[in-house]
Amino acid sequence: MIWRVDVATKEGLVDGIARGALSALQEAGLQGLSRVLAAQVYLLEGDLDRAAADRVARELLQDPVAQTSTVVPATEPPPVPAGFRSVLVFKKPGVMDPVEASALKAVGDLGLRARCIRTGLRYLVQCGEPDARLRDAAARVLANEAIEEVSVGERAFARIDLGSPYAFTLVRVPILEVSDDDLLKLSRRMGLHFTLKEFHAVRDYFRKEGREPTDVELESVAQTWSEHCKHKTFTGEIRYRGRTISNLLKSTIAKATQAIAAPWCVSVFKDNAGIIEFDETHNVCFKVETHNHPSAIEPYGGANTGLGGVIRDILGCGLGAKPVCSTDVFCVGLPDAREIPPGTIHPRRLLKGVMSGVRDYGNRMGIPTVNGAVFFDERYTGNPLVYAGTVGILPKEMSFKEVRAGDLAVVVGGRTGRDGIHGATFSSVELHDKSETVSSGAVQIGNAIVEKRVLDTVLQARDRGLYRAITDCGAGGLSSAVGEMGEKTGAEVDLDLVPLKYEGLSYSEIWISEAQERMVIAVPPEKREELLAVFAAEDVEATVIGRFTGDGTLRLRYKGKAVGAIDMAFLHDGLPKFEREATYTPPPVRELDLPEKASYGEDLKKILSSWNVCSKEWIIRQYDHEVQGGSVVKPLTGAANDGPSDAAVVRPVLSHYKGIAIGCGMNPRYGDLSAYDMAANAIDEALRNVVAVGGDPARTAILDNFSWGNPDNPENLGALVEAAQACHDVAVAYGTPFISGKDSLNNEFRVGGKTVVIPHSLLVSAISIVEDVRKCVTMDAKEPGMLLLLVGDTRNELGGSHYHLVNGVSGGHVPKVDLPAGKKVLQAMAAAIRSGYVRAAHDLSEGGLAVAAAEMAFAGGWGVMLELKDTPARPKLPFDRDDVLLFSESPSRFLVEASPDPSWGFISLLKGMGVPFMQVGKVTLDPRFVVKGCNGQTLIDETIADLKEAWQRPLRW
Amino acid sequence: MSEARAIVLRAAGINCEQESRAACEKVGFRTDVLHVNRFFEKPVLLKEYQFLIVPGGFSYGDDLGAGKVLANELKMKLMPQLRDFVRAGKLVLGICNGFQILVKAGLLPDPLDSDSSLLTLANNDSGKYEDRWIRLKVSSTKSEFLKMEEVIELPVAHGEGKFLPRDSEVLRRWEQGGQLVLKYVGPEDREAGYPWNPNGSLSSVAGICDPTGRVLGLMPHPERFQDAVNHPQWTRRGSDIRPDGLKFFLNAREYVKRNL
Repeated sequence: MIWRVDVATKEGLVDGIARGALSALQEAGLQGLSRVLAAQVYLLEGDLDRAAADRVARELLQDPVAQTSTVVPATEPPPVPAGFRSVLVFKKPGVMDPVEASALKAVGDLGLRARCIRTGLRYLVQCGEPDARLRDAAARVLANEAIEEVSVGERAFARIDLGSPYAFTLVRVPILEVSDDDLLKLSRRMGLHFTLKEFHAVRDYFRKEGREPTDVELESVAQTWSEHCKHKTFTGEIRYRGRTISNLLKSTIAKATQAIAAPWCVSVFKDNAGIIEFDETHNVCFKVETHNHPSAIEPYGGANTGLGGVIRDILGCGLGAKPVCSTDVFCVGLPDAREIPPGTIHPRRLLKGVMSGVRDYGNRMGIPTVNGAVFFDERYTGNPLVYAGTVGILPKEMSFKEVRAGDLAVVVGGRTGRDGIHGATFSSVELHDKSETVSSGAVQIGNAIVEKRVLDTVLQARDRGLYRAITDCGAGGLSSAVGEMGEKTGAEVDLDLVPLKYEGLSYSEIWISEAQERMVIAVPPEKREELLAVFAAEDVEATVIGRFTGDGTLRLRYKGKAVGAIDMAFLHDGLPKFEREATYTPPPVRELDLPEKASYGEDLKKILSSWNVCSKEWIIRQYDHEVQGGSVVKPLTGAANDGPSDAAVVRPVLSHYKGIAIGCGMNPRYGDLSAYDMAANAIDEALRNVVAVGGDPARTAILDNFSWGNPDNPENLGALVEAAQACHDVAVAYGTPFISGKDSLNNEFRVGGKTVVIPHSLLVSAISIVEDVRKCVTMDAKEPGMLLLLVGDTRNELGGSHYHLVNGVSGGHVPKVDLPAGKKVLQAMAAAIRSGYVRAAHDLSEGGLAVAAAEMAFAGGWGVMLELKDTPARPKLPFDRDDVLLFSESPSRFLVEASPDPSWGFISLLKGMGVPFMQVGKVTLDPRFVVKGCNGQTLIDETIADLKEAWQRPLRW
Repeated sequence: MSEARAIVLRAAGINCEQESRAACEKVGFRTDVLHVNRFFEKPVLLKEYQFLIVPGGFSYGDDLGAGKVLANELKMKLMPQLRDFVRAGKLVLGICNGFQILVKAGLLPDPLDSDSSLLTLANNDSGKYEDRWIRLKVSSTKSEFLKMEEVIELPVAHGEGKFLPRDSEVLRRWEQGGQLVLKYVGPEDREAGYPWNPNGSLSSVAGICDPTGRVLGLMPHPERFQDAVNHPQWTRRGSDIRPDGLKFFLNAREYVKRNL
């Protein structure tokens, strides 16, 4: 018997779901739309009679004050009120429904038994459009057909359980005597994404073995060798400008870290995250991941599991770290785009989706999301970028892991289902306008509470010393996790022991499923019982599925029958080296000086309202950025708690005042002019941000995340080489080591015959140790009468600037990082903040001085008067233009509020360190933002309320 | 009583347990954080403590409604012991999700009258989860956790926090009984609209205590303001900031010292 319970909000109360649906359908252009109602639908299957079903509805599903419910047999749907039409949205069979487990548990707690529960939504819509149009609109804005099914009109549910028994047959795939053409076809058909050279290596291995491979063996090799897992481009051979780079990662980014040899780096580029020292007893670790392609198909699920995945990286770092804060960065198309390519999701809806995905995972996990950014460019429309990063803390002595032969392989956490099959290989190829339908199996749905339980229990097992190694199940699922852990020892796994969400998975699907919220741990056999008890005590599933052997072979069995056996050595080292050509031709520098204007107020407001600069409060507020109680500098700050912080500061240990500052830097616009300078600026910006709040540049580590176009295109690859070289040069000059990184290549979108490549997008994330958080500063102007000083050199560098953007021109000189000067500026700022000389500090980035000063003013609720004339450093400038002074985006600059008292040490500190600065104005009581130009004329005179409104309006969603 | 002991309840999806523990320890409670399963196995454990905190989070993902699944579990498995706990003159504090749990389990507004159809915490009027700092007026000192009529500041972070009574009659009853101890106020210390009242709560109620004053539930997070540097404007106001959130725990400690 299946019961259907519809739960609706009582009349007169706000129904957020219905309200959201109404506005979404309106936006979708549905005509004659007058009303939308919504109900949560539960389908309950089990031994429940009418009275039991009523009790479940009344006591469990319905809120007694705010909701009403109806209970009917699911074969007889409830009536649809006159004038309305019913739209049903349910998850497709096989798509994980996170509510089911809690609902089953709660029904059990009532002393009743349900076997299966599914949830969905019923919308009642009043509109004049035909069914087909209504369905079409609903499918676009109320559902995602990659994972959900939409129907107009009521339906009867006769069956809701999933899966059917699986009949074992061993599948061998003939490759030994197959033409190259057929190999490539096979690779595509199975979703292996091998190049011919790679497939030849696989074939040669099995020829030597004297047998055809099984399907699961081919899958294992494909997962392990995917760009996603192996970083073939970064570790391959590249010919560029007459030289051969044998391993780009080792010769640039990792080389810089080696050269710097910071004694506080504990583990770099080895583990799931980079580890650095924190306090006497703890280390901290940091990892940032991309989840671009899944988010393009299903923004909510993609971003949700993107964050879930990077949290598991932290949980799987060393012997397991506790996550303490997260960051997220999105790159999306323009929210006001009128037309978008077929097969893509509108940027507005996409941004809402990815934001909610991060929100729901982070908030539920109880990890504050404290820092981030959003970049908008129309080239991200078909291939958006979603970066998620997490910082963790772990006891010093638990920073390393070691698998020993004889250890048991235990899978912990979520069950395995058919979700996320082929995610690793899917993320390594370009998207196209049919991706949404072809690749929907690659979409995962997260369940944060399962992961939270895993976190709670794993850390207990860690502290009791019950395992020797841990890693997460990410891309490639068990295949990658067990494959990596057993690389040195070998491993054997009985795939039929893996707990499944439902019947019917083949051994091969079990092995490569990317079902979420799973970890694999290596457990000494004598600890087995104690370990399993730790998980059982909190209802977390933990299952021994095999062991690490010592014979260097990966052996897979299903119900006792061998289904695969591959040498670990071949699996991990058999990948033929990539060889690629790289070229790079940046656009020639075109001098561009716009005519000077009498007033720049409009330009300033346009920049403040530009998508990249405008307030992201709509996003930040929806993230819990204070859970765990360690919040010191919040992402929003100032007199009304709504100004833009440069970076976040948190105390991961509440018993002392040492903290960490987290910031990021990115400016894809510069990449259109010079990949090298784009990368250099990204690092400089990330460092400026953490230093602006009180981070110590000498104790700062950085992470690289490259999102790039297809590296088979020599120009894309050349740009990548340039950017990596910049990473090396800047890191070495600044003494700032890279500790972890990730690349996501093939970020292109093919529609019709045209390919859109994303801008070269390097995200640099910084983590900086703050010795005493009580010395931190924020960016909001604090007190009228204080001086404003511009620290660092301003040059005529408007190339890629937002001033050019809002004026619709491009050209000019891209900002360049002056390494020795930049390093001194960072050091001087850190020293000044430590000494308490700084009341407020703000980094200069998009929009330059004008934007930084305006933000300080309206965040602080005070006016600002800038006078570009007669400042001490004024004569030194090699140009004589107000627009350049106001809007140039030269890096390594800060705007600082400091006391006018001559005995105050700030100026002598700057002079002593040889850091250029100029006094540009002061904080005023009058709440106006006034700029007087080089000749004393008034260039800008606006109220700070108007400027704030310009800055807040665009994303006030 | 020689030693004051606090218990912070943990369950799947509860996620404010560590900072709640830190706040308890700061004021001198010997504090344990225990999974709710331990109490189901051995309900008598509860007797060892004088102060129970049900912290914030998303218990069971807030599936079926905020706090619902854990509330249901407590109701089915631990209700007699929880009632005894209150009858014994001990303290219970439910914060955010913990507040929702206490309400849905029937421990608030009155643990001894288990009618759980008088009050709910509904979706915010904004339709969104929001994290922001708000001002609160202690409008009655009935609660043992709030002993001074003053305005305090705390952060809220929730999507379902709208205080929604069944009808105006029960609201009046609680008001007259002094149970509506915390109200959202605006800059002039008077009730005000959004965002000062961040969720559309009726009568601006942010927290309610039971008729004894020993059980308190509130949407804002006192445990998130236990140090001056937690305040969003500590870089503006300087060192005169007193962490308002700690007061709840100090008062609890005082109460236990005096009475138990």
